[in-house]
Amino acid sequence: MPQPHPALHLAVALDGAGWHPAAWRETDARPQDLFTAAYWAGLVAEAERGLLDFVTIEDSLGLQSADYTELDQRTDQVRGRLDAVQIAARIAPLTSHIGLIPTAVVTHTEPFHLSKAIATLDYVSGGRAGLRVQVSARPYEAELFGRRSFPPFRFEDFNTPEVQALLTETFDEAADYVEVVRRLWDSWEDDAEIRDVATGRFIDRKKLHYIDFEGPRFSVKGPSITPRPPQGQPIVAALAHQSIPFRLVARSTDVGFITPRDAEDARAIIAEIRAGQDEAGRAGETVHVFADLVVLLDDTDEAAAARGARLDERAGAAYTSDALVFAGTPAGLADLLEQWQAAGITGFRLRPAAVPHDLEQITRHLVPELRRRGLFRTAYEAATLRGLLGLPRPANRYATASAPTTSAV
Amino acid sequence: MSKPVKQIHLAAHFPGVNNTTVWSDPAAGSQIDFSSFVHLAKTAERAKFDFLFLAEGLRLREQGGEIYDLDVVGRPDTFTVLTALAAVTERLGLAGTINSTFNEPYEVARQFASLDHLSAGRAAWNVVTSWDEFTGQNFRRGGFLAQGDRYERARQFLDATKVLFDSWKGDEIVADKESGVFLGDPDAGRFDHRVTQFDIRGRFNVPRSPQGRPVIFQAGDSEEGREFAASAADAIFTRHGTLEAGREFYADVKGRLAKYGRSRDELKILPGVTFVLGDTDAEAQEKALLIRRQQVSGQTAIKFLEQLWNRDLSDHDPDGPLPEVDPLVGENTIARGRASVRMHRDPLAVAAQWRALAEAKNLTTREVIIEVTGRQSFIGTPATVAEALNEFVQTDASDGFILAPHLTPGGIDDFADTVVPLLQERGVFRTEYEGTTLRDHLGLRHPDEAAARTRRAAS
Repeated sequence: MPQPHPALHLAVALDGAGWHPAAWRETDARPQDLFTAAYWAGLVAEAERGLLDFVTIEDSLGLQSADYTELDQRTDQVRGRLDAVQIAARIAPLTSHIGLIPTAVVTHTEPFHLSKAIATLDYVSGGRAGLRVQVSARPYEAELFGRRSFPPFRFEDFNTPEVQALLTETFDEAADYVEVVRRLWDSWEDDAEIRDVATGRFIDRKKLHYIDFEGPRFSVKGPSITPRPPQGQPIVAALAHQSIPFRLVARSTDVGFITPRDAEDARAIIAEIRAGQDEAGRAGETVHVFADLVVLLDDTDEAAAARGARLDERAGAAYTSDALVFAGTPAGLADLLEQWQAAGITGFRLRPAAVPHDLEQITRHLVPELRRRGLFRTAYEAATLRGLLGLPRPANRYATASAPTTSAV
Repeated sequence: MSKPVKQIHLAAHFPGVNNTTVWSDPAAGSQIDFSSFVHLAKTAERAKFDFLFLAEGLRLREQGGEIYDLDVVGRPDTFTVLTALAAVTERLGLAGTINSTFNEPYEVARQFASLDHLSAGRAAWNVVTSWDEFTGQNFRRGGFLAQGDRYERARQFLDATKVLFDSWKGDEIVADKESGVFLGDPDAGRFDHRVTQFDIRGRFNVPRSPQGRPVIFQAGDSEEGREFAASAADAIFTRHGTLEAGREFYADVKGRLAKYGRSRDELKILPGVTFVLGDTDAEAQEKALLIRRQQVSGQTAIKFLEQLWNRDLSDHDPDGPLPEVDPLVGENTIARGRASVRMHRDPLAVAAQWRALAEAKNLTTREVIIEVTGRQSFIGTPATVAEALNEFVQTDASDGFILAPHLTPGGIDDFADTVVPLLQERGVFRTEYEGTTLRDHLGLRHPDEAAARTRRAAS
């Protein structure tokens, strides 16, 4: 008997030594090891011990900077990172159940390359791959490629028509990008490889499809060079903070990460995403809405607050984030998760303020607490990330077109 | 013997999407499942090979307007597979082809630097240049470049990645928790590189990797390719399979190194070769013939013929003589996306050669194709093959070999178990890895050492 589907999905977002800029200075931090495979293997193994649904791995093309539009000259924070898709690939053979969702910037990269990279991650992980798409309108990242440019803008100008137009364009391009990636994943039918010795044919070419995508920014012919991945469609995710990105979540993704201030805010965002889903003709599809939270967890609220204060002091500034920062006990966090879940949130992506401490608080204290409340799994109940998220393996969009006589099952 | 005994370098090429792979053999496994890559990598590492090599393909081949369906089709992403293999191996070098046409230097440098970190110094990049407009249809960049421009772009591409790899010196990550200094240099990774093909600036975001830069391979035999390799590569992946051709190529390319201030040891010449082993030489020859007939079916022979003839020859009998009509000269409209199309620069001359061959040896169409598409193979007992390989290396026809087995994934198992021990007995192949990085295995200096030496020589 498979156990009932867990009520709540849980993921962690891994980024360097943790999300607090002073995290790398904690006693248990290993800042010298950030660029080694062993470091990432250890973190993901811990997350898997906690039976989490998946980890995400942050990335950016440019060097980290405290300033959004410009590179800073700071030397007191973690700088430098490895390609997230490759970190995920390096970890995949060392884990067996947890989903792996690396971040990839879609503004400057090739959808053909990324499609085959994530399909391959799905092969090397046995069906546990996902992809978090991220746009970048940072002028300094565009200069790394020298192929396009973006005007500098500041966060204060976010709601000006110019910035909103720029945002619309980059997110529309991201939607096209996801469409191309998804079509490429479907460009091979599952049974395209026939190895028919009698006719000498390795593949049935009728089961391979040109995707013939044409958009304002790019066109892609297809088919992929990589056969359809084990999950059919690996999980696509995106982080979204306002209406334009909410639309990307609604029309293109399986999982949206949002940053509500409270349960009420969460409710409003979910309503907007669901409306966008209806508009995109995806009313019948599951789009998980995960809330992002930065977490500082300790045995008591006081201890968590004190640790936060210590980190802030070392950083020279109080930590602020796009997501709510929760400092308290695992039980207190469980209360909040339950409350937000009641508002329609289907999962949580927790950003540990400092690793390994806050990661272990999640896996060793929060998870058992959630389990006591009957909200979280006691064993991995599926072999694929889609399975863990309760998503079916999708039919191939091209299969029916080429095989009209096959009865729908 | 005054000449010291050279050490052989060995690599395993995961069979790609061509007719080398005999997929119809009952022992043939998946070309996609990760377990196949793990098997080949672990065998290569058990045998102390220098590295594993993956080729690249970015568009499915077509012939006569249809996707080519006779050979293996489908391959995974190079970086993803190599990085995943780093998790299941410890010493084996991990080499992959990545083209310089449908990528950008910043991204490729980032990916290779990441692979080098995640494999603790085992990354290698085979830089290739020849991609066409057909392939470009899969890329937002689109387009293609004429041959001369391609090498220019490749040269500038490689230069740009070197600028990026060298933008971190290697000592910038201080990470001193007490003082709060993470980065020792506020400008770490800064670059500003403006040349005709690239206009890029900013800060590279991957710190210097264990090998400094990945090992650079170059494949290609043209004049430009040879010069490019002599100036910038650590190793060449060639196809010169006969002793004479090999020695000539070896002498030519090694002779070009001096003008770039490089020694003859700084560029390894590694032909891609096939092999067939048997209990006796006669049995191996018989097996080799059988494999060739599996590789070139009647249908495959017709497809090869069409590539040269540039016509639909689907009605032609492969067991009969070559077609009486001549090849169509001009733009090849029949076959797209395969290297062999680009190899036949003068189809009429090649057809004349094939006809002469057919007449001299009384060959059918299929037999001609079997002859002309056969690459140098080392065929024989393990002792025969070991002797032949060693002769190649000791007489300067190569520095080693990239072995392309005809079976996935068990194609080098026998080689590892029978030929390698014989090479080890002769003292021409390592019995244990002496170092941990691919540069160590290939006897290549770390780029910082090499640069320091060049500076010393110049001063």
